[in-house]
Amino acid sequence: MAGSNPNAKPMNLTLKVWRQPNRQAQGKIVDYQVKDISPDMSFLEMLDVLNEDLLRGGQDPVAFDHDCREGICGSCDLFINGRSHGPEKGTTTCQLHMRKFSDGDTITIEPWRASSFPVNKDLSVDRSAFDRIIQAGGYVSVNTGGAPDGNEIPIPKEISDRAFEAATCIGCGACVAACKNASAMLFVSAKVSQLALLPQGQVERKTRVENMVAQMDKEGFGACTNIGSCAAECPVGISLENIAILNREFLAAKASSNNLA
Amino acid sequence: MSWISKTFTSSIGRKIIMSLSGLFLCTFLVVHLIGNLQLFKHDGGAAFNTYSHFMGTNPIIRTIEWGLVLGFGFHIYEALMLTRRNKAARGSQGYVSNHSEQNSEWTSRNMGILGTIILIFLIVHLYNFFWRARFAGDIPKMGGADPLTRDYDNLYMAVVDSFHIWWYVLLYVAAQISLGYHLWHGFRSGFQTLGLNHRKYTPAIKYIGYAFAVLVSAGFASMPLYFFLFTNAQGELAANASAVLQSVAAAF
Repeated sequence: MAGSNPNAKPMNLTLKVWRQPNRQAQGKIVDYQVKDISPDMSFLEMLDVLNEDLLRGGQDPVAFDHDCREGICGSCDLFINGRSHGPEKGTTTCQLHMRKFSDGDTITIEPWRASSFPVNKDLSVDRSAFDRIIQAGGYVSVNTGGAPDGNEIPIPKEISDRAFEAATCIGCGACVAACKNASAMLFVSAKVSQLALLPQGQVERKTRVENMVAQMDKEGFGACTNIGSCAAECPVGISLENIAILNREFLAAKASSNNLA
Repeated sequence: MSWISKTFTSSIGRKIIMSLSGLFLCTFLVVHLIGNLQLFKHDGGAAFNTYSHFMGTNPIIRTIEWGLVLGFGFHIYEALMLTRRNKAARGSQGYVSNHSEQNSEWTSRNMGILGTIILIFLIVHLYNFFWRARFAGDIPKMGGADPLTRDYDNLYMAVVDSFHIWWYVLLYVAAQISLGYHLWHGFRSGFQTLGLNHRKYTPAIKYIGYAFAVLVSAGFASMPLYFFLFTNAQGELAANASAVLQSVAAAF
C-alpha cells in the first residue's frame, strides 16, 4: 500500500456487528473475524475488507452509510465501542484509523439509536428528520437577481468567526446518538445560532427558531438536560454554548414574534 | 392563549419551567437551611420553636408557602413530562454497548433517580413535621412559664426525637447526598437552560454551583448526624459527646 508504514503489524480483530435485514425486522449482534487489517486503514476501509470477505463467502454485506470519507460530509454514523464515531475525540468514523485499536481487540459496531432515526438496514440509519428540521427554517431566503458581490455586507470578524464555528456542524447526528434523551438540540442550536449571528439571517430570525424547534419536537427528539455528551462526542466540536443561544433565541422569539398561533 | 400553551409545552418551554422552578427551590433551600441552623443554639429549642411558630402562622409566609407548593409541583410535573418524552425519543432498542461515562458525568445522567430519592424523603419529611404540626396537631406544646411561648408547638423536641431514630437519620443523610448531587448538576444547568452561558461568567456559575451543592447538603445532613451522635434524648450535649467526637475523628 502506497504511503503505508512498512513496520506496522497487521491486526486480527473480532467484530460484533448489528445486523438487521430491514426497518421492520428484529436485529441482532453477529460476530465476525477480520484478518490482516493494516493499522493505516480507516475504520470504513476495515469494514470494506469485512464486506469483501462476506461477498466472497456468498453472504449479504453489512450496510453502512458513507460518502466523502474525508470527514466533511457527515454521512458516516457508527456507534463504535459505546461511543459516537468511536473512542477518538473530534473525528468522524471515516477519519478514525485502525491504529487506534490493537491486535486481538473486540469492537462492537452499532447504528445510531433514536426513535427519530429508524434503522434502514444493518448500520444504515434514516436521518431525514434532520432534513425536515432544516426545511422548517434552517435557511436564508435569497432574492432573485444578480449574484451579490463578495463582502458586500460588512460582518465583523468576531461575528463571522463565531458563525463559522457553528456552521461547521455537518449534521451527522452523533449528538442525538450519544444523548441519553436522544435530543437534537446541539444540531438545531448550531443551525439557529449560525444564522442568528449573521445579518442575512435577521429577516427570518424569529420564525426560524419557532419553526425549527416545533419541527424538532414533532420529529420526536428528546429535550436537552444539559448532560454534555453531545458536545463531547461532536466530531467538529460544536459547544453547549450554542444550546444556550438556542434557548435565548426561542424565548425571545416566543415573547416578541407576531405569530399568535 | 395558544402561543403561550405552545411555548410552555414545547421541549424548550418545559425545560425553562424546570429551570425557573429549580432555581426558585434553591432559594427555598437557603432560607430553610438558615432557619434550621437555630437547632444548634442550645437553648432547649426556644429560638427554633419561636421561628417555627412564626413560619407556621405569619400570613405573608403562609401565602408564599403556596408559591413553594407550586415550585415543587411544576418541578416534579415537568420532570415527569420530560422524562416520558425523552424515554420515547431514545426508543425501545437500546445500545448493546454504551460508554456514556466516558463523555459525561454520572450525576448529570441520573437527575431523575436523584430527584426520586429526594421526593421520597420529602414525603416522609413533610408527614413527620409539616403534617403533624399543621393538620394532625399531635405535637406537644412547649409549656413553661413564658405566657408568649408556652402554647407554641415544641417542634424542637419532635426534631430531637426523630433524629434519634437510626433509620430516620440514614434516610435524611442519604437524601442530602442525593440533593448534593442533584444540585451539583442542577444549579449550573438551570442557568444554561435560561440561555445564561457566557465565557465571562459561566465558569463562576459552575463553581458557585459546586460550592452551593456541598454547603447546602452538608449543612442539612449535619443536623440529624449531630443530634444522633452527640446529644441525649432531650437534645442536650451528651455526656459521651467528646469521646464520640474522638472516635469519629479517628475513623477519618
